Amino acid sequence: MLKFLLAWTIALVPPMMLTSARAQTAPRQQAGAGENQKPAPAPRHDISGIWDPGNEGIQPLGPRAMPEDGKPEHQVPYTPLGLETLNSHKPSNGIRSVLPADTNDPVVLCDPQGIPREDLYELRTTQILQTPLSVYVLYEFDRIWRVIWTDGRDLPKDPEPRWFGYSVGKWEDDYTFVVQTSGTDDRTWVDRAGRPHSGDLRVEEKFHRVDHDTLELTVTINDPKMYTKPWVALDKLHFTLKPPNFDVREMMCSPSEFAEYNKIIGKPASGQGPQ
Amino acid sequence: MKNKLLTIFFGLLTVSVPLFAHHGAAAYDTSKKITVKATVTEWVWSNPHCFLKFDAKDEKGNVVHWATETSNPSDMVNLGWSNQSFKPGDEVTVTFTPVKNNVPVGRIDQVVLANGQIFKARVVFKSADSTP
Repeated sequence: MLKFLLAWTIALVPPMMLTSARAQTAPRQQAGAGENQKPAPAPRHDISGIWDPGNEGIQPLGPRAMPEDGKPEHQVPYTPLGLETLNSHKPSNGIRSVLPADTNDPVVLCDPQGIPREDLYELRTTQILQTPLSVYVLYEFDRIWRVIWTDGRDLPKDPEPRWFGYSVGKWEDDYTFVVQTSGTDDRTWVDRAGRPHSGDLRVEEKFHRVDHDTLELTVTINDPKMYTKPWVALDKLHFTLKPPNFDVREMMCSPSEFAEYNKIIGKPASGQGPQ
Repeated sequence: MKNKLLTIFFGLLTVSVPLFAHHGAAAYDTSKKITVKATVTEWVWSNPHCFLKFDAKDEKGNVVHWATETSNPSDMVNLGWSNQSFKPGDEVTVTFTPVKNNVPVGRIDQVVLANGQIFKARVVFKSADSTP
């Protein structure tokens, strides 16, 4: 009964209201540590906190480990369908970029980014909260949050598509939390470069807490319809722990602001209207 | 000496670029830079990009109404800008890259206030891998 009540209490509390004691951990150094001392060791089974990837999380050309820059080593292994779908996507950054008014990037319409793109574009300061049954991730971009279930459930076998799919997570070891996600709506793009995915997409996110103040994220894309083999989009992207009282900025996609931007800058710059 | 060499090495890996993550650079003539003395008419603090509107005279003395963009507020705060950085009537010197199609639209490299304060609009990345 107690477990039942606990589960419902947690499910009903808006995640923004959760104040996990773990999430309040401040950057710490070992006792007597000076500026050049090492951070304290990572706590066990704990990735909570406010984490900052710096500018490296912005990823305008596509994910850091696989930007779409034309280099052979950054070519992802498309299937014929993957390549055909890629070519129908018109990004506004990277080597295939089009004029601002010509893009069909769903983000320009303020559509949700989904998973994995939330990790792979405009990844800013990120707050992670843990409960006994789940992990919540709160993203700065669009103030979006998602839940990763840790209660032992499996991913749904035939999921109804969701913008953010369905996520379950397990501790691989004391400091490594591995998340599997499926069911992401195939209207989303994998990244800013327009890499596509199907409804069969599986995403693995590996959060590794290196020490008290450092978290690394590795993201692997697996979608046999679009890619002939899995590929690594992020390889140990580095996050630094912020103080627990850090006020995360607001970064919203506002349709009215977007419309004003396009009227003043985007369309004139694209030859599609007077300034 | 070793530390100095390391500093030089990592300094070379750090790149400073104009970042327009939502709209890229395809519209801009990156071979050109324009610097003008101007009067601010509006400073709009919004996503996906902030933009500064100003009036400046062309070579014939005609007033041109420019609209120029920066990155988003999150990036600009990190660079020391704010929604209070400019107000209508401010006399400024603006350096920017114009668009290719010759309409009065550009993206800002820097703005200098009359008191000499400089606002730079370039986001710094640790590695060239992220250069747009």
